[in-house]
Amino acid sequence: MPGAAQFILSGAEFSYPGSSRKILSGVDLEIRAGEWVALLGSNGSGKTTLLKILSALLAPTQGSSFICGGGSERPAAERSARCAIVFQNPEDQIVASTLEEEVAFGPENLGCPTEEIRGRVSESLAACGLAGMETRLVSSLSGGQKQRLALAGALAMHPAAILLDEALSMLDPQSRRAFTEIIAAEHSKGKTIVQVTHRLEEIRGAERVLLLKEGKIALDMRREDFFKMKGSELSELGLELPPLERLCEGLKEGGLLPEGCAPEICAVEKCLNAAFGR
Amino acid sequence: MPLSVDDISYSYNKGLPTEREALRGVSFRAESGILSVIGHTGSGKSTLAQHLNALIIPQSGSVIVDGSDTSGSPAEVRSVRKKVGLVFQYPEQQIFAESVEEEISFAPKNWGFDEEGVKKNVAEALAAVSLSAEFLPLQPYNLSGGQKRKIAIASVIAAKPSYLVLDEPTAGLDCVSARELEALLAKFAAEGMGIIHITHDVELALRISSEILILEDGRVVFCGAPEECAEFLCSAPVKGLVLPDVLELSKRLASSGVVDKLEWNAETLLERLKEKWRAQTK
Repeated sequence: MPGAAQFILSGAEFSYPGSSRKILSGVDLEIRAGEWVALLGSNGSGKTTLLKILSALLAPTQGSSFICGGGSERPAAERSARCAIVFQNPEDQIVASTLEEEVAFGPENLGCPTEEIRGRVSESLAACGLAGMETRLVSSLSGGQKQRLALAGALAMHPAAILLDEALSMLDPQSRRAFTEIIAAEHSKGKTIVQVTHRLEEIRGAERVLLLKEGKIALDMRREDFFKMKGSELSELGLELPPLERLCEGLKEGGLLPEGCAPEICAVEKCLNAAFGR
Repeated sequence: MPLSVDDISYSYNKGLPTEREALRGVSFRAESGILSVIGHTGSGKSTLAQHLNALIIPQSGSVIVDGSDTSGSPAEVRSVRKKVGLVFQYPEQQIFAESVEEEISFAPKNWGFDEEGVKKNVAEALAAVSLSAEFLPLQPYNLSGGQKRKIAIASVIAAKPSYLVLDEPTAGLDCVSARELEALLAKFAAEGMGIIHITHDVELALRISSEILILEDGRVVFCGAPEECAEFLCSAPVKGLVLPDVLELSKRLASSGVVDKLEWNAETLLERLKEKWRAQTK
């Protein structure tokens, strides 16, 4: 269950140095501990900038940001320990040559004792399905394994929140599924998840959906209510229902599926077999 | 003349303890149309892409583009690089200029287009990726990920290549931009360009391709039309891939006799089911 406020932005604005263009404008946002929030928006809408502000990599140029009760004035190591970010390209954050060195890098910088670092490395690699690969070279990993390694590095910081910046977009379907399961497991342990994505099929685990449009929050609603919107309504927001949901919407409009049928393969198969007397 | 890949193999760190085979005896031909290459992460897709414009030279076998061999003379390699444009997986890996205009005009200038030709190509390339001229003076590094992707594509098509190789071009794009890019690829293919489209998105590959090639651990395990590919994917599991939801549902409905053909497109399956429903309730 969501707890106390973990992120609070008040009137947050952001412009890059030398540019008058506001990437974010008047963002008021509260995210509570333990929430899983999906952050949607078209390219250039400000999603990555907002994520960087939540992780205190950037500070708002106007307004304020409080992260886990503290703002960007807190020491960098302390902020990193509270929020870990996983980027789209794992190469952007991997620094070491072996898996164990990579995962140990964060806890070492936090000043953890050696024994504790060893424990965190084993635990995080195991959580990401990389147990037994401690001494392997990072360069020998596939793209999907590198992405899981980046997540293991984030988990080893024992963060209160995990911020995912399109972290699944370069993964094959099986790796995407495995990565999502790890995130769901971390969320069930109480971690806050903020997930930037363009693919609505990836937000089925989220509890809340935010949509950014031209640097402003244009929509903030529960996931169930979000998926009650018609494809045409989503399309006006620059979003597209996933194919199975589009099919279900058409089948319901045509009277082939009952309104209550969930957009899940097994449920739809069962209803259609019944409708066609199979 | 086609782009012809004949029995190529490639290993990283060859001869070292860390040697890793990336491609093993890969062969195919591409002409006009969209050839999608799908496969698990680490299957060799990006290594293959880099062979197609001579960034990597095969350790055995050959890549021949319109008669020019990538293992041939410097003139042949130059010809290949002019004919085959490559858009990398991560746009920031290929963007280097201080302004969008400088970035997009680099390739046509390099290939010897005159000033008027460069201007014309830059304008056409920018319009093709649905960006306005207002972007020309902007610093590419300050743009969003999706906008950088568009700039990277524009900078490659500005050189008017015969073949366009795109490594995961829709990853990181919003749905409007992704649809625009799909339409753009279809337009290029209709105009006679050969598109080699590397992707993880099986549904997208089935929807837009004239041919699909599946790589598994560096080997070609399938090459054929989308209909045959759907049959292949439904017949046996392929490492790293899962059936798209609509195809999985269609497979199940085919086995219970509700539909008689595999469909992967939501709108087509909807029409089939509605037709059947109308016939049943008449």
